[in-house]
Amino acid sequence: MTYPVIHVDALHKQFPTATKPVLSNISLSIEHGEIVAFLGKSGCGKTTLLNMIGGFEAPTAGRILLDNEIVTKPSKKSIMLLQNYGLLPWRTVYSNVLFSLENSPLSKEQRHERVINGLTLVGLEDRANAMPNELSGGMQQRVAIARALAIEPEIILMDEPFAALDTFTRYFLQDEIVRINTQKRMTILLVTHDIDEAIYLADRIVILAPNPGRIYKEITIQLPRQRDRASQDFQHYRELIFKEFQLSHEPPAIEYNI
Amino acid sequence: MKGSKWLYALASFALAIGLWQLVIIVGDYPEALFPGPLAVLEKWCALVADGSLFVHIGVSLYRFIIGYGSAVIVAIIAGVLLGRLPRVWALIDPVVQVIRPVSPIAWSPFIVLWFGIGDMPAIVIIFIAAFFPVLLATVAAVNRIDPLYLKVASNFELSQKDLIWKIILPAAFPAIGSGLHMAIGSAWIFLVAGEMVGAQSGLGYLIVDARNALDLDTVLAAIVTIGVIGLALDHLLRIFEHAIKKVWTGKTI
Repeated sequence: MTYPVIHVDALHKQFPTATKPVLSNISLSIEHGEIVAFLGKSGCGKTTLLNMIGGFEAPTAGRILLDNEIVTKPSKKSIMLLQNYGLLPWRTVYSNVLFSLENSPLSKEQRHERVINGLTLVGLEDRANAMPNELSGGMQQRVAIARALAIEPEIILMDEPFAALDTFTRYFLQDEIVRINTQKRMTILLVTHDIDEAIYLADRIVILAPNPGRIYKEITIQLPRQRDRASQDFQHYRELIFKEFQLSHEPPAIEYNI
Repeated sequence: MKGSKWLYALASFALAIGLWQLVIIVGDYPEALFPGPLAVLEKWCALVADGSLFVHIGVSLYRFIIGYGSAVIVAIIAGVLLGRLPRVWALIDPVVQVIRPVSPIAWSPFIVLWFGIGDMPAIVIIFIAAFFPVLLATVAAVNRIDPLYLKVASNFELSQKDLIWKIILPAAFPAIGSGLHMAIGSAWIFLVAGEMVGAQSGLGYLIVDARNALDLDTVLAAIVTIGVIGLALDHLLRIFEHAIKKVWTGKTI
C-alpha cells in the first residue's frame, strides 16, 4: 500500500453553538496495522476526532481519507467499540455477532463460521445462547469485539472501551486487543485517558491539548510486544508522558494566549 | 409462587361469590331486582345449553378482533413513521390530544350515519378505542430509543427497512406492548357500548336485549362472561408478546 490507511488533513471542527472550535488544524497519517492511542484530558476533542474518523460526525473543514476515499458516513470498514458496548439486548450473544453479517453476501455456513470464530477468539463460544444481560461488563465488551471482528473491518475504533471495567478485566482485554492486532494486522485507534493503557497498547501515542483541541505531541512507543507494565522502559514512557501533562498545567505560552 | 398465585385467585373469586350470596341472604332483595349467584349460574348454563351465548361471543370476538387488530396495525405503522418524523408529529400531536379524550361513543351518531348498522359501528368504536393508546405508546417508544442502537445500526450500514425491523421495532416493543395492554382493556370495555349502537347480536346486544325484557339474570350472566373473556384476552396478548420477543432473540434461527 502506498497510501496510509487513514489520512487526516487539516481537520477543523466547531459546533454551531460553541464560541471556540473543538478541534483545530489536525493532520496525521495512520499506517496499516498500527495501534494509535489518542490521549488527553476530557474536553480535548479526542472523542469528536474518533467520531469524525468513523464518519459519525462531519468535519467543519478539512477532510479524512480512509483508503484514499473521503469519509462521509459510517461504514463497515471502521467499526466503533463503545464504552457501553452497544449490544442489542433483545438478541442472544450469537445473534448479536451475527447481526453484523446479516446483509453480507456470505453464505449461511460462512456466516456461522465467522460468528463462531469471532466468539472463540474472545473466548465466549460456550456463551453463544446467553442473553447480553446475563453477562458481565467485560464479557459484553468481548461480544462487541467479536461482533466487530466478524465483519473483518480494516479499522477498529475504540472510545474508552474499557473505562467501565475493573482493572483485571481491563488488563485481560488489553492483551486480547494486542493479540488480535498481531494476528489480523488490524488497524486500531483508541481514545483513552488512561496513560498506562496507552503505553501498553499503542505503537504511537498522540497527545491532544484542549481549547482548541489540537495535537500537542506524538510519542512513538519503541517497546516490543508483550510489554511489561512494571519494567524500567515502561516507567520511562510513563514519566515522559507525565511530564508532558505537567507542562500543560503551566501557564499557557504566549502563542495560545492571543 | 406460581401455584399460590392460582390459589389466591381461586380464593378471591370464592370470597366475592360468597359475599354476593351473603348480601342476597341478608338483604332479602326481590330476585327480579338483584339475582343471586345460583340464579345467574342457572341462566348462564341455559344460555350455554341452547348455544345462544356462543353465538353472541363469536360475533363479539369477530368484531373485536377486526377492530382491535386493524387499530393495532395502523397505529404501530403510523407510530413508527411519526416517531421517526418528530416535526410531523409535533404538527399532528395537538389535534390527537384533543380527539383522544373524547369517548368513542360520542362519535356514534356519525358512525351510524357513515357506516350504517350491523357489525360496523361496533368495529369502528373498538378501532377508535384501541387506536390512540397504541399510537401514543409507539410514538413515545420510538422517540425514546437509545441513540446508541442507531449509532450501531449506521456503523453496520443497515438499510431503512432493516433499521425498522431489526432495531426500531425490537427496541420499542416493550413500550409498545404496554400500549397494547392498555388498548386491549379499553377496546374490550367499548365493545359492549359499541354493540348497544345498532347491533342485533353480540354480548353488548345481549345485555340491552335482556334489560329491555327486565331479565336481570341474563344481564349478570353476560357481565360475568364479558369479564372472564376480557381477562383471557389480556393473557393471550401476554403469550403473543412472549412469542414475539422469543423470535427477536434469534434463538429459533
